[in-house]
This record gives sequence, structure tokens and C-alpha cells, in this order.
Amino acid sequence: MTDFAGNQTIIEIVYVVASILFILSLKWLSAPTTARRGVLAGEIGMVLAIGGTLLHHGIVDYKWIVIALVIGSGIGVPLGLVHMTAVPQRTALSHAFGAFCVTLVGTSEFYLRTPNVPKFMMSVLCMEVILASLTFTGSLMAAGKLQEVLPQRPITYKGQNFVNLFFLAIAVAVAVYLVLHPEAKQLFPVVIVVPLIFGVLMIVPIGGADMPTVISLLNSYAGLSAAAMGFVLNSKLLIIAGALDGSSGFILSVIMSKAMNRSFTNVLFGAFGQVQAAASTGKEDKTVRSATAEEAAGILAAANKVVIVPGYGMAVAQAQHKVRELYDALTKKGVDVRFAIHPVAGRMPGHMNVLLAEADIPYDRLMEMDDINGEFPQTDVALVIGANDVTNPAARTDQSSPIFGMPILDVDKARTVMVIKRSMSPGFAGIDNPLYYLDRTLMLFGDAKAFVNSIVHELAGNAH
Amino acid sequence: MNSTLIDGLFVFMLAGFIGFEVIKRVSPLLHTPLMSLTNALDAIAVVGAIVLVGEHKSQLSFVLGVLAVIAATSNVVGGFLITDRMLKMFKSSRPTKP
Repeated sequence: MTDFAGNQTIIEIVYVVASILFILSLKWLSAPTTARRGVLAGEIGMVLAIGGTLLHHGIVDYKWIVIALVIGSGIGVPLGLVHMTAVPQRTALSHAFGAFCVTLVGTSEFYLRTPNVPKFMMSVLCMEVILASLTFTGSLMAAGKLQEVLPQRPITYKGQNFVNLFFLAIAVAVAVYLVLHPEAKQLFPVVIVVPLIFGVLMIVPIGGADMPTVISLLNSYAGLSAAAMGFVLNSKLLIIAGALDGSSGFILSVIMSKAMNRSFTNVLFGAFGQVQAAASTGKEDKTVRSATAEEAAGILAAANKVVIVPGYGMAVAQAQHKVRELYDALTKKGVDVRFAIHPVAGRMPGHMNVLLAEADIPYDRLMEMDDINGEFPQTDVALVIGANDVTNPAARTDQSSPIFGMPILDVDKARTVMVIKRSMSPGFAGIDNPLYYLDRTLMLFGDAKAFVNSIVHELAGNAH
Repeated sequence: MNSTLIDGLFVFMLAGFIGFEVIKRVSPLLHTPLMSLTNALDAIAVVGAIVLVGEHKSQLSFVLGVLAVIAATSNVVGGFLITDRMLKMFKSSRPTKP
């Protein structure tokens, strides 16, 4: 018995060390220079925690633990090696896996403990299982939409919010009943299955443009469900990790919804598709000026300061490596080139930075919206590649615009604006962009990758 | 029994504040690695699943536990791997001091 107690103390001390390492891990992530040390700290903490757990006195069977760890690692390695454009769906999938684990553990704990479950414990257990199962299916849906195996367009119908809330209400009602009557174990599957359905329905009306917010929100739910599991298992380490993950997801969701000028409830309960009706049409009579790659290269070469505004269209066209060549060519000519990154550029928070870093563009050239916006009036050329709504000046001026109030990159204040775009068709949200009709705007029609490539060729030609 | 739950609430509250303060300082440049790292750390839920498997209290908890360990381990391994791969790519244009 004393031996068991001794082991238990060692385990708890190991968990304290792991908690410290987890917090340091996130602290070191604050800057690119120390970030990799942060990953190392997290890894050491994780290995210590798993090693410490294996000392647990109740463990009688190690064989299947090892087998499961090996299989899990076998699945994890390919998931860690996906292409950088696939990181958003990989992240959504890993939220699903995390939530899956929490759902299974919560279910096991219920059946092991019933019918002697104190009220508080039962409430936390129900919260754990409800949050985790809706996160599980919700994240799978999000991953499917991001991977484009599911339709990306929001699917809406009349009374949708009512139906969704109805499902959530059933789950909560049954959970309350279970808290009062923990012996009613035949009802337990309801608090798993109903949130599973709710998770699917929750994501159905959400369009691709809202994915950064939704991924962050699911991240937060995954963290909170893990924290709830920590309460059930009385594991402070798990409570800490869950609280860290939960607050991280929460902060990111707030940043994302601010960047989209939308509230949480608006993202979850009002599909973007419904707003489209308000978008004004009938601007076809306006004229646009277009330019060739040769003309564009000439203007860029003569500029002192160039700001490139990349959007997801650039990543879709796989143009980031060509953009790097353009960056190199202009930098060699002494042009000051920087990149303006809108918080929702890409499919998840910070995604655009990763895509540009992958193309070897130095991170100190990547500027956040608030830092670069004041500099557009002194910018000779703003080159917009595959971005649309985040550059739309209507967000500042046109109160009738569906995106009015959304913070944007003020590219229209640059001396010359160039926009690489396939055609004049409106963007993701179906909103017309007055930027394209400005006198100072030159439209460069074509595929992003091919057009940037021809600009690079022109620049190389000029050098001779 | 009740006091351990209250202890848990204190831990949750403090960790929430620390998380908020620490994560607020993470540069938006690194928000994607932040999410994959917190996801990997969150997979610490694996310790609960390991105990379920090891204790083998019932057939159900054993089977669910094995599946849970597999799911969480894939997050641990995949999460740390991709976070490190991403962070490796972030380079400065200024020469870095060792």
C-alpha cells in the first residue's frame, strides 16, 4: 500500500513538471525565434506525462497500451506530414480525433461508475460528453468541407436555427435528467447521439469563408471538453491542458470574428449565404483598366515600395513559390517589398503566413493588417493576388454593403493598385468590389501563377 | 470529495487566466502553429485513456480505451510533427545570431 502511495506521489510530481513545460511551451511560441524550443518543451512534457502514467498502480496490462500507442503513432506520422495547404483540414481532423478520445473516455467512465455518480460529477461528465461528441462530428464536417469532399456552399433551410436549437435542448434536458437520476443509464446514449447529430447540423449552414472562425471555435470546444474530462478523472494536468487549449481557441475565435466583423452567434446562426441578397448589382457599366505583364513589370521595377496582398486564391493557384521569385527579383532591384496579411487570409488563423514561410519568404517581411495599413499612402504599388473581400473599400464607405464595417487592407490608398484576377466575376461572398473601378487600379487578368511567372520573366528581361 | 472538485475549479480558473495572458502574446504570424501545438498538448487526454486500458475494469472500457489511446496518440505525434515542420520554415531576412 505504501508503495502504491509512493508511486502516486511520483506520478503527481511528474504531472506538475509536465504542466510547467506545457505553459512554457506556449510562452516560447510567442516569437519565431524561440518557437521551436516551445515544441521541444511540449514534447518533453508529453513524454514525461505518458511515462509517469505508466507507473499508475492499477495498470495490469501493458501489452494493449503499447499496441495502441504504436498504431496511434502510425496514424499520426502521415497526418504530421501533409502538405501545408492541407493544414486546415488536418487541424479540423485532429480536433475530431481529440474529441473522439474524450467522448470514449467519458462514456467508459459513465458505465464504470453508474449508478453511484454524485450530481456535480454527473453534470461535468454530461458536459464533457456533449461538448466532445458535437465537436467530433462538427470537426469531421469542417474537415470534409475544407477538403472539398463535402459541398462548401452553406446549406440553409427555413427554421434551421429552430431545428438545431431543438436538438441541443434535447441533449441538455436529458443531461439534466441524468444528473437528477444517475441510475437511468438507458438514457445515457441520448447525450452522445443527439450532440453527434447537432454537430453535423451546426456546420451544414456554414460557408467556406467562415471556416477560420469555426475551426477556432471547435478548437475551443475540444479544449473545454478535455478540461471537463480532467474534472471527471480528477487530473489537474488534464484540466490545465484543456484550459490552455480552450482559451487559445477562444482568443482565436474572437480575433477571427472581429476580422470578419461578425459576432459568434452571427457565424453560428446566420449563414453568410443569406447576406448575399443585400449585395448591390448593376455595376457592369463601369469601366476597368487592364494591363499586360510587360506593363506591370515596368511599373513594379520603377517602384520604391511595393506591398503584395496575398489571398487564398494565391494558395489555390499554388502561386506562392512564383511570388517568392517575384519578391527576389524586385528585392534584387532594390525595391522594398512587403506582404500585407489580413487575419482571415487563408482557411484558418495564420494560414497565409505558413504558406508564405513555406515559399521561403522571410517572416519579417510579413506585416499584420494594423501595422501596414498606415503605410499604404506611401506605397507605390499594391499588388493584390487572389484576395478580394479583404481589399474592398465598400467595407469602409458603403453602409448598404454586406461587409460594411469589416476591417480591410487599405490598398486603395496606394499610388497604383494592381489586381491579378481570373475575370471580373465577384468573389467568394458574391460582393462587387469598387476597388476594381478606380482610376489608379490596373486589372491583370489571368491565372495567378502564370501571370506572376510572366512578370518575373519580364523583370529578368529588363535586367539585360 | 467535494473539495477535490473545488480544487479542480481553482486550477481551471488559474490555468484559464495563464492561457489567456500567454496566448494573447503569441504573434498572429504563428497562429496556425499555435493551434496545432495546443491540439497536440490537448491530446494529454491520452493519459486517461491509458489508465482505462491498463486497468481493464470492463470489456467496454477496455475497447473504448484502446480506440481512445489510438486517436489521442495520433494527435500527439501528428501535432508535434507538423508544428515543428511549420516553425522550421519561418526564417528571418536578417542574419540570425546563434
